[in-house]
Amino acid sequence: MSLKTFSRGGVHPPEHKLSAGNKIIELPPPEVAVIPVAQHLGAPSKVLVNRGDQVKVGQLIAESAGFVSSNIHSSVSGKVLKVDQFMDSSGYRRLAIQIQVEGDQWLDTIDRSDDLVRNSVLPAEDIRKKILEAGIVGLGGATFPSHVKLMVPQGKTSEYLLINGVECEPYLTADHSLMMERSEELLSGIQLLMKGLGVERAIIGIENNKPDAIQKMQQVVQGSSVAVQGLKVKYPQGGEKQLVKALLKREVPSGGLPIDVGVVVFNVGTALATYEAVMKNRPLIDRVVTVTGKSLEKPSNFQVRIGTPVSYLIEQAGGLPENTAKVINGGPMMGRALSTIDVPVVKGSSGILLMNEDEARRKEVKPCIRCAKCVTVCPMGLEPYLLMTLSEKSLYEGMEPEKVMDCIECGSCSYTCPSSRPLLDYIRLGKGEVGKIMRASSAV
Amino acid sequence: MSQIIIYTIITLVAIGATAAIILYFVAQKFKVLEDPRIDEVEAALPAANCGGCGFPGCHNFAETLVKSENWDNLFCPVGGNETMAKAAAILGREAIEQAPRVAVVRCNGTPEFRPRINSYDGAHTCAIIHSLYTGEAGCPFGCLGEGDCVVVCDFDAIHMDPDTDLPVVIDDKCTACGACVEACPRDIIELRKKNKKDRKIFVSCINEEKGVVAKKNCSVACIGCSKCFNVCPHEAITMENNLAFIDSDKCKLCRKCVPVCPTGAILELNFPPPRKKEPVEASETKTD
Repeated sequence: MSLKTFSRGGVHPPEHKLSAGNKIIELPPPEVAVIPVAQHLGAPSKVLVNRGDQVKVGQLIAESAGFVSSNIHSSVSGKVLKVDQFMDSSGYRRLAIQIQVEGDQWLDTIDRSDDLVRNSVLPAEDIRKKILEAGIVGLGGATFPSHVKLMVPQGKTSEYLLINGVECEPYLTADHSLMMERSEELLSGIQLLMKGLGVERAIIGIENNKPDAIQKMQQVVQGSSVAVQGLKVKYPQGGEKQLVKALLKREVPSGGLPIDVGVVVFNVGTALATYEAVMKNRPLIDRVVTVTGKSLEKPSNFQVRIGTPVSYLIEQAGGLPENTAKVINGGPMMGRALSTIDVPVVKGSSGILLMNEDEARRKEVKPCIRCAKCVTVCPMGLEPYLLMTLSEKSLYEGMEPEKVMDCIECGSCSYTCPSSRPLLDYIRLGKGEVGKIMRASSAV
Repeated sequence: MSQIIIYTIITLVAIGATAAIILYFVAQKFKVLEDPRIDEVEAALPAANCGGCGFPGCHNFAETLVKSENWDNLFCPVGGNETMAKAAAILGREAIEQAPRVAVVRCNGTPEFRPRINSYDGAHTCAIIHSLYTGEAGCPFGCLGEGDCVVVCDFDAIHMDPDTDLPVVIDDKCTACGACVEACPRDIIELRKKNKKDRKIFVSCINEEKGVVAKKNCSVACIGCSKCFNVCPHEAITMENNLAFIDSDKCKLCRKCVPVCPTGAILELNFPPPRKKEPVEASETKTD
């Protein structure tokens, strides 16, 4: 099979897939779960429970508060201790629901058996409704509510469903393990998404560093209208726009979405959650998280309940090594360092990476030598050095015409910079400021 | 030889004269009429072009002064009342006097009071740290100590104290232009009324969290206990979002609120040292 990839930019960071091939271990619920009400892009959900209420696994505890918003279900059973401000991964306090776990009682409507259910008779309308009800969001990390993606705007048509099994972030293996262990269910989920979207063709994109996953998926999809395509290893191929380019050679226009070129992209985790929601009536209450790091005793793929503290995960993977300098929420390229490990796993947590003292230290920042490496590697064709300078000088108005809003924050520029300049930090700041200016001017 | 020189002179004079005539008519045709008073007023302004008045530069401010009837919101903080009086004299009107103001840093989270619980090695600006997380000390409202306020000051009136990791304002140099207020991503700096001998009483904390939470990160945080609010005889203190605020326009500097504060969040600066017969208060008084 010929391998494909996207054309512009990209880098090749060392892969370090330490937990590849490790079986998914289902962790028991924690003693206390903290479930934030803002786990998705869009409006925070509206809390439905009060202090002292008894909840069951799968019970709706916060409902969608707008079109771009999502339902949140209890991932554990027990008593609601508090509805209060709790620290999220940035250290800031946000509204969350704290539940004292008592036993593990599930709602009766949820089918907990492992039986594979195929061939849904549900119409597309009902599939979309179930996805909305189950609170499914993009599990690749962006946490965009999935039901919104399935509503194709008027005047646009969808031709392809792309399934993102690229997992280009170094260290992370959650999607890889899902494809290996849950491939049949995954295919069923993909078929449901195709039906919900009304498309005939779907392609699963998998990078060539997971040959076992490519082979496995190829076996599973035989006889269906789903295709598997191997991809050359290159970061950030898991970016939506890069994947569209790699698989279909279509370019998503600046400021646009994949639907503008007739494509909708979902992560493999999201496809599996769709299967669980539609076929098993099981809302999004858990996810697979990779816990990894060079000094960690047992790098693992855990299936954990949403709201489990990160410290519990690290404990299960062999405990926090003494030489840990940084704990990163996500992968090494796009993840963010945590200021404390007493924060909960949320719908968007794909991995927990522990870096030791040698790896974690940032190198000394030196002046820009105008080598333009950042320009070469930028997958969106931007000029990171220029954007950083504009942001440093607070010239935010000048950043919008330079297409700063197209930045996907992949961090290739910072990774490649020989002067170790914090390009992405400044660009992200500028992006935020430009966003504010744009919202202010559109409000007038 | 001499002929060449003469011809050269004649030609150049001819070109010069023609150009002058053309330029004269062009200048007449495209003349922009501007009120001459604008330049006069601008000459009276400090020419700092700092933007403290809210206009891009002194010229735009002068233009606005000349054109607008109502001067309620127009004030040059750098020049102060003196400059405004001069500008008013040029335009033949009355200036509105405003009390002089000074920038005050409302955070006292030194490493001693607010221990650092993690270390940050990313880009060194407060704006980026603020957008990423709560900072090295964990307080979501406190000073981040990278000095964004220092960079923007045109008057060299604010600098970082390496011992406290907090910015210090030099009152004599501060013009209350407000550049630091804008630059601070956490809105810690406030412009307060300047008192005699630079005396100040203010709540040196802007933490709106509940007392227990605020106190966890910082021992001198305002916990919103309302003790100062109850003791103030001048109604200068307001309580909002678990936080006390002293209105500098109403405060009479009586200092009754200072000793009642259980955390020492209220600071009194530049007061003479207390008399010897009150040794109890001496330990609670902080002088700068």
